[in-house]
Amino acid sequence: MFEVLQNDTLAPNVHRLVIRAPRIAKARKSGQFVIIHPEKGGERIPLTIADADPQAGTITLFVQAVGPSTLKIVGTPVGDSLQDIAGPLGKETEIERWGKVACVGGGVGTAVLYPLAKALADAGNEVTTIIGGRAKPFIILADALAEFSREVLITTEDGSLGKQGFVTNALQELIDDPELCPQAIFAVGPVPMMRAVCELTRPYGIKTIVSLNPIMIDGTGMCGGCRVKIDNETKFACVDGPEFDGHQVDFALLMDRLTMYREQEAKLVGELPPELQKKIIKVKK
Amino acid sequence: MKKNLSHKEIMAIKRVKMPEQDAQDRSRNFKEVNLGLNKEQAIREAQRCLQCKSQPCVDGCPVRVRIPEFIEAVAEGDLPEAARILLADNTLPAVCGRVCPQEDQCEVLCVRGAKSGPVAIGYLERFVADWAMEHPEELTGGKPPQPSGKSVAVVGSGPAGLTMAGELAGMGHSVTIFEALHDTGGVLRYGIPEFRLPKRIVDLEVTRLQNLGVSIECNVIVGKTVTLEELSEEFDAVFIGNGAGLPVMLDLDGENLKGVYSANEYLTRVNLMGAWRNDVPTPIIHGRQVAVIGGGNTAMDAVRTARRLGAERAIILYRRSEAEMPARIEEIKHAKEEGIEFILLAAPLEILGDEQGWVTGLRCQKMELGEPDASGRRRPVPIPGTTFELEVDVVVNAIGTRANPLLTATAPNLKLSPKGNIETDNTGATNLPGVFAGGDIVRGGATVILAMGDGKNAAAAIDAYLKKND
Repeated sequence: MFEVLQNDTLAPNVHRLVIRAPRIAKARKSGQFVIIHPEKGGERIPLTIADADPQAGTITLFVQAVGPSTLKIVGTPVGDSLQDIAGPLGKETEIERWGKVACVGGGVGTAVLYPLAKALADAGNEVTTIIGGRAKPFIILADALAEFSREVLITTEDGSLGKQGFVTNALQELIDDPELCPQAIFAVGPVPMMRAVCELTRPYGIKTIVSLNPIMIDGTGMCGGCRVKIDNETKFACVDGPEFDGHQVDFALLMDRLTMYREQEAKLVGELPPELQKKIIKVKK
Repeated sequence: MKKNLSHKEIMAIKRVKMPEQDAQDRSRNFKEVNLGLNKEQAIREAQRCLQCKSQPCVDGCPVRVRIPEFIEAVAEGDLPEAARILLADNTLPAVCGRVCPQEDQCEVLCVRGAKSGPVAIGYLERFVADWAMEHPEELTGGKPPQPSGKSVAVVGSGPAGLTMAGELAGMGHSVTIFEALHDTGGVLRYGIPEFRLPKRIVDLEVTRLQNLGVSIECNVIVGKTVTLEELSEEFDAVFIGNGAGLPVMLDLDGENLKGVYSANEYLTRVNLMGAWRNDVPTPIIHGRQVAVIGGGNTAMDAVRTARRLGAERAIILYRRSEAEMPARIEEIKHAKEEGIEFILLAAPLEILGDEQGWVTGLRCQKMELGEPDASGRRRPVPIPGTTFELEVDVVVNAIGTRANPLLTATAPNLKLSPKGNIETDNTGATNLPGVFAGGDIVRGGATVILAMGDGKNAAAAIDAYLKKND
């Protein structure tokens, strides 16, 4: 069993959890994820490891409640335990000393960006961070990211924080500035956002890495459910990824496969107690 | 009892028929198909055994169960003795009694086979194992082994790992099993459906091992959570039985459409994660018309599962003829009884879909059998101009798996075959001292009992290795 040591709310239904998992904390590298099976008989949920403390034997996860299982995870009080956590899984991020790097995060993807930006900065890169969201409450980790970023640029759709617009607007400005134009870009967030970033950078030929989030079960390559097309070749995101060259990703296929269980998920959400239902729908909208 | 029977009377006994759930009923539920023998049936069947001196059946058993001896005890109604003999040789008899291909192993060699059908060794094994599970109090007596002070790590809690663990624990070694998934049993849990192997049986077999002192840690992925090297430092020996991990893809257009599954994913959702139950949130697409591609046991498990999930039409699509199917005869028979449709000598060409990305059909090619290929089976050859389409909404690919590189990628000194399987000698030893391997990661996709045979074989080698290094 994996004890929850801290559970903080960062944004509506986005929680930071610190969990005791000594083996995973010791083995974990940037870009890797865990699979959580929150209770017996539940689903297995893949989540990126945001941070780890091998000495304390803890891992940090950022979790957004989007369905009954993630709601169960964020709803676990300090002192209680999650049934199963397996990992670390996936390949570690290939960190190079690119020079100037832009890290682009959207929504809860910003949390996935956090370990990436940290590792890139540690490797001697000059990191510019761009984070975006619907409105001010959905912007997370701006201060934490500022610690190892040259600058943190914020965009919101309603203009309630930072500049009004999308992360791609801010990224375009960065690329247009010859002093700041990045040699590599890491983008993590909703699939349409990652796709938009890749379309933006493609004509410039700037290396763009994305972290994919397909439906996954075992995370060890056994089931093949997380298959994605990369450069027209089928890959398993769990063992070949989760990070890929964004210019080679078939985003249309990824988006389509993510809708596979939408009806069944909606039904499950519909069966939740009304107060929990409201929570989920508010985020999904 | 048996002593009173003349040879003629013994020869006159007909092979028992396994009672089973009515095909119509069972094709809509997940309860076990075979219902097991009762005591009278078992004793009667055991009396058919001629107790041959040469014991050909034992030679056919990968774990060398002393078959005539346990059957003799059954014939005499001495079930505790039968159970002791069986359990001494086989760590998982209730599993083997259900899923072993006896017709190709022990029973095929039975001297009664030709005339009146072989002794139903598998049914008797199941009967004795189930009796033993229900009567643990009658099986006490054996002294616990002297602790050896040696520790062994076992990677994977599937049939190879469980067998290995049971054998080594019985020899007094301290055994820890590391399992990547959140529950034990490997393929016994995620692969074989409830209607063929109830999970209660797996639980009981695993509990019995734990009572022997074996400890099991789930959620540990060797190669990721800990490395083989770390295990080798911490333990006196390591056994790798992590199975055959990655599905082989069909490599067809439409393979990534929604509604296309690998058999591993389909069966894992249902068996490990309870997608067949109403009280479990695991989603699965319930196809109305489901095509399963392949002819092995996994294909049969998948198609019969689809039927139970409500498919009106559940189809096996296989590119050779029934004679070449690798599935057990009993599984094929049960599948047919349950209304599974067999489309033989046909191969998929393309998976068809609609604008929303859902599977709508399968374009297929009729085949005929040509010359034998490397496997010794006649090679399927396309018949020109004979394509046809099937209307389906779920496709399950059950054409096989290949070696999972998760562990081996982080053990660069471990010697592998060109296909990525671990190379061992005939004792199960790898090229690394103290590291042994068995089951599908060595063989490629095989059977439960062959994996168990490997586990048992390697346990003897590990015991010898530990004694030598004392």
